[in-house]
Amino acid sequence: MAVSDKGLLGIEELSREEIEAILERAKHFQPVQHQAVKKLEILRGKMIVNLFFESSTRTRTSFEIAAKRMGADTVSISASGSSVSKGESLVDTLNTLAAMRPDAIVMRHAASGAPHFLARHLPIPIINAGDGTHEHPTQALLDALTILDKRPSLEGLRVAIIGDIAHSRVARSNAHLLSKFGVEVVLCGPSTLLPRELEHLAPNVHLTWDMNEAITDADVIMMLRVQLERQHEVLFPASEYFRFYGLAQEHIDRAKPDVIVMHPGPINRGRELSSEVADSQSSVILNQVENGVAVRMAVLERVLN
Amino acid sequence: MAKLIIRNGRVMDPATGRDGVCDVAIEDGRIAAIGENLEATGAESFDATGMVVAPGFIDMHVHLREPGFEHAETIETGGKAAAAGGFATICCMPNTKPINDNATVTNYIVEKAAHFSPVRVLPIGAITKGSAGEELASIGAMKKAGIVAISDDGRPVMNSRVMRRAMELAASYGMPIIDHCEDLNLSAGGDMHEGCASVRRGLRGIPSASEDVMVARDIVLAEVTGARYHVAHISTANAVAMVEFARARGLKVTCEVTPHHFALADTDTVPYDSNYKMKPPLRAGRDVEAMRRALAKGTIQAIATDHAPHAGSEKMQEFERCPFGITGLETAIGLSMEQLVHPGRITLMRMIELFTTGPAGVLGLDSGRLAEGGVADVTIFDPELSWTYDVNKTLSRSKNSPFDGHEFKGGPVATIVGGEMVWRRE
Repeated sequence: MAVSDKGLLGIEELSREEIEAILERAKHFQPVQHQAVKKLEILRGKMIVNLFFESSTRTRTSFEIAAKRMGADTVSISASGSSVSKGESLVDTLNTLAAMRPDAIVMRHAASGAPHFLARHLPIPIINAGDGTHEHPTQALLDALTILDKRPSLEGLRVAIIGDIAHSRVARSNAHLLSKFGVEVVLCGPSTLLPRELEHLAPNVHLTWDMNEAITDADVIMMLRVQLERQHEVLFPASEYFRFYGLAQEHIDRAKPDVIVMHPGPINRGRELSSEVADSQSSVILNQVENGVAVRMAVLERVLN
Repeated sequence: MAKLIIRNGRVMDPATGRDGVCDVAIEDGRIAAIGENLEATGAESFDATGMVVAPGFIDMHVHLREPGFEHAETIETGGKAAAAGGFATICCMPNTKPINDNATVTNYIVEKAAHFSPVRVLPIGAITKGSAGEELASIGAMKKAGIVAISDDGRPVMNSRVMRRAMELAASYGMPIIDHCEDLNLSAGGDMHEGCASVRRGLRGIPSASEDVMVARDIVLAEVTGARYHVAHISTANAVAMVEFARARGLKVTCEVTPHHFALADTDTVPYDSNYKMKPPLRAGRDVEAMRRALAKGTIQAIATDHAPHAGSEKMQEFERCPFGITGLETAIGLSMEQLVHPGRITLMRMIELFTTGPAGVLGLDSGRLAEGGVADVTIFDPELSWTYDVNKTLSRSKNSPFDGHEFKGGPVATIVGGEMVWRRE
């Protein structure tokens, strides 16, 4: 499924060329973030609905700012205070919104596949801003852009993704994207949060329970939050999580000297990484946030133009 | 004088091994004669040239939704869909509202079916009150009212002690006990088979182990109690192996498989399409292969559809919110021909056995055979018929089938119940 004809549902179905095209445009939009006047006219007259059924600060704000910088109009709706809380079904809610003829719907939902299900029943392009534990395509794109700010290419890099892999849509989207570019992807976490089947997610994906092994010679370390809200049982003792899977300064020494540390946010200092690491020179966490706007501008342009 | 004569069909009856082209004459609801060039002045004639004339098919696992969920299906609409699928007899599971856990509900179903269903409806009663898995239901009274087996289908009996007592009672009543094998702790929250596809799609998995653990427990209890124990909708390679082991030990253990479990694997599904969501879930390719082998080998006694209608609005939701189950009555013969007979995995006679003497044997029914003087329940199907399934033309009240638009080779042509042709392909 090409980006242009039906929104953006996931990274898995994108080709390397399509991803490169988006990243090219995103690079073009990076300087816009530093201009005095940041508003472009590329999407003037377009209406974008941001529909967030799950709480979100950065993604929602980022999409909204991206749309406005592209010159589009936006309406943002959250599940609380909408007709959803009055018992309306998802299809009925979306049909109602679609009847008002927006040009695209940006959607976040706690159910994996919710945007894919809607895309089959609605004529309007849907951009997935995170669906359950499945995909978060714009996060993977902004992560790639952030790595490319520090490295000439993705080819041949070693990227360790560490934490609650089972419940992470960020890990899935990143594994798909990085694998398409010849990156060695190492997924690491406690065995109860690291399904063995993930090894088959994409080529060049490896699993380990050992954090030191994951980090050794890594170019990039991506730390993930433990998503307690998606866990229905105790999958790892919270008291010893940091001891075995938290990123501390001594780990960094095992990685490449110029390793970069990433995190999709929100970060829990002292849980999955130490404050020291979060604020260190290696950390590009705020660069990720900044690049989010440029990437989402590029995605909106692809979907709407 | 015969009322109806079926001419020139290939008459196949697993009960006697009969297999040859001849005529079947029906009179007063019974089979008057089977033979070549039968005299039948004044009888209505049905030309079955090129078709198979078999004993009326039996589907021992159907959800009719009445009473309580008539928006999804009724005894009448489910009965009509069964007739259109070539079934003369169906057994309806007790998970209605109220649950069929007492003779009043059983009587209601029997009465309704007598008036409104074109096919025979044999109710299955609940094992426990409200199918809650705790207190035994009024099994004896339900048996008097007409149930042919007990099951809490849709749910397992999680408490092993309760299951043991239920097996003891079932054995004393001479009825089989059918378990929906699912360890609810292992499957909790799962929406599809736990495997590469579920992990890729970010959906919670239902591990094969949730079925295997319960089949193992039940087989142990069947040995302790001597019960006739039947595994509903078996779906895993391990479960089949355990049934085979139990049967080799001489235990009275049987099992059924649905057409979708021998036709589709988890990776064959359209992601997040609720028409592929059912329990047990579509399993791995190796499990599908195990089902096919077990059907050929004889480990599995019956093909049963687990016809589970759901209204469109219930299935038009986020995948994880959709109810489990798909319809299956109208596509069972088509799928069995396509997946089993045409590829040469089993013979046509074996397929007929799986729809007739197989389930009849599990339930202890004397139907499922074509005998002169016997009840005239007949299924006529054409092994070569090309047809396309269109859910918009289904006789069921629900349309939740993954086989909409599927082109089949082989399908039912007419269904005769008690000498009456209750359905005929147009």
